[in-house]
Amino acid sequence: MSATFLGMPGNFPKNAEKAVQNSQLRFNLRKATHTIRGKRASVVGELPDWQELRAAGKAIKDHTLRNLDRYLVQMEEAVTRAGGTVHWARDAAEANRIVADLVKATGETEVVKVKSMATQEINLNDALAAEGITAYETDLAELIVQLGDDFPSHILVPAIHRNRSEIREIFLEKMPKVPDNLTDDPPALAEAARLHLRERFLKSKVAISGANFMVAETGTLVVLESEGNGRMCLTLPRTLISVVGIEKLLPSWRDLEVFLQLLPRSSTGERMNPYTSMWTGAVEGQDFHLVLLDNGRTDVLADEVGRQALRCIRCSACLNVCPVYERAGGHAYGSVYPGPIGAILTPQLRGMGSDLDASLPYASSLCGACYEVCPVAIDIPEVLVDLRAKAPHAAAERAGMKVAGWIFNDHTRLAKAQRVATRLRKLVPKRLPGPLSAWTDTRDIPDIPEESFRDWWERNERA
Amino acid sequence: MSARDEILARIGRAVAGAQDVEIPRGYRTTQQVEDLVGLFAERVDDYRAIVHVLPAAEVPAKIDEIVAGRRMIRPGGDGWEDLNTADGVVTSCAVAIAETGTIVLDHGPGQGTRAQTLVPDYHLCVVRADQIVSGVPEAIARLDPARPLTWISGPSATSDIELNRVEGVHGPRTLEVIIST
Repeated sequence: MSATFLGMPGNFPKNAEKAVQNSQLRFNLRKATHTIRGKRASVVGELPDWQELRAAGKAIKDHTLRNLDRYLVQMEEAVTRAGGTVHWARDAAEANRIVADLVKATGETEVVKVKSMATQEINLNDALAAEGITAYETDLAELIVQLGDDFPSHILVPAIHRNRSEIREIFLEKMPKVPDNLTDDPPALAEAARLHLRERFLKSKVAISGANFMVAETGTLVVLESEGNGRMCLTLPRTLISVVGIEKLLPSWRDLEVFLQLLPRSSTGERMNPYTSMWTGAVEGQDFHLVLLDNGRTDVLADEVGRQALRCIRCSACLNVCPVYERAGGHAYGSVYPGPIGAILTPQLRGMGSDLDASLPYASSLCGACYEVCPVAIDIPEVLVDLRAKAPHAAAERAGMKVAGWIFNDHTRLAKAQRVATRLRKLVPKRLPGPLSAWTDTRDIPDIPEESFRDWWERNERA
Repeated sequence: MSARDEILARIGRAVAGAQDVEIPRGYRTTQQVEDLVGLFAERVDDYRAIVHVLPAAEVPAKIDEIVAGRRMIRPGGDGWEDLNTADGVVTSCAVAIAETGTIVLDHGPGQGTRAQTLVPDYHLCVVRADQIVSGVPEAIARLDPARPLTWISGPSATSDIELNRVEGVHGPRTLEVIIST
């Protein structure tokens, strides 16, 4: 069973400090993020209408969010009409309860899973384990994470922090019937995963998935993937349960023409991902259940600045260009959603009650590269700054800011303060004492000039 | 209150008073492509699939040549039936997209069930030239969402190990496409 993020201690700066000392991790991350960044740039550059697609994607998502209640009801009606069953879950516990009961009703104790952020977010695998149900991850990277009893560290490539020789070690140790002479050649590792999972696919009776998109007009669910494990899970088992965040909705069938161009190019840097499955209701004799998940999303929706995070289609382009992510890695964010999008999504979904969650809006240099590559134009820096204002601040910082505000508010006060500072400039220490040391631990105090610009102007120009 | 009613009520409160948004659709919905067949063939080939472009009259003989000696599933015709021991499957398709090198199956006549094109390790797909459209929007317009759809762009692949693309994980490791002109 893979480890869980819930209740993770620490905060981003502490986690990042540890991570940047791991040179293997930094090497793996740099290589992987730079590879995919280049591929993305080249396939995005092929489309002359990329900015138009991006504007449409943004607007479609905003329109959906504005009318989310209406479209969810339409989705429910369409799925029901097509023979599926729709369930609603306010939070993780309710979603896990629904899924566990559905699995138990089939009499099965094992399920196969398609990679899904939503089920990671609600920690479904552990909830199922507590009910005696074993969930097998089938995506190669998820399998590496699950076998290694590890945390995912990237949205698209959860095992991005592992290199081939580490993956070989994990397979040799944890995979039954793996050949002793397994090499660390990627095709050999992929072949081992194929053999390991094939029997399981053929005998599994229940599968659990998420979805990249669902279409309200038609009731269609859409899953994009590469390996074919998704198709195996979606197609072969008798019962299919899909757990989908309520923000994954698109109003009309036509809207897919936008997102099927935006997502693959932004995500894996391909013109199209190898496999996309679309199904509407119960197909080819399957039992189909859709679990619509809130789990904090309606709180995010209520925030006028922060709600744009719900446009996210989980492509992970923002992770791959982020200088902070590249050095700190995904684990430092303490959430299934790492990187820039995680820094705005996690504190909104979970609240900023813990040290870790309150530190996430600061896990950024505000360089804006994430905004630039975002296929649905989420202004991540804007949300980060807004969250920083909302995050809890220490008493000393609040008092300091109050005084600064009072001084800056009036030019005579500012001039006086500058003259006092100039006179006392020799006395200013390199590092501030007490609670103020938090400021100077990570910054130098700027030198105070002998004369303020205002005074210099007064002396030279007025004369 | 049921979970459904509570979630809907929460959404109603969250968006009350927010402006609705117009959707600008300034992107291309069709493209002028001189040689659709050529572009499609090139893009399929980019995924390291095998591609043939043949006049319609020569296609049956080519299929016979390729499948000779293989235990092939032939949806709607006589052929091998057991998914697990079949060597491969031969199908037609519903739509093909030149710009992305994608084949779409709607699992209608000649296209088999979803499992038939998934479990065997080899997939031979015959695409008629008039089924090829230039881009994604035209494909979406031609497809029926009530049918199960499988979009295929090259053989099964993974980039999970150091982001190197490796062909062949769980789906067919070999994709061969005949474009019938």
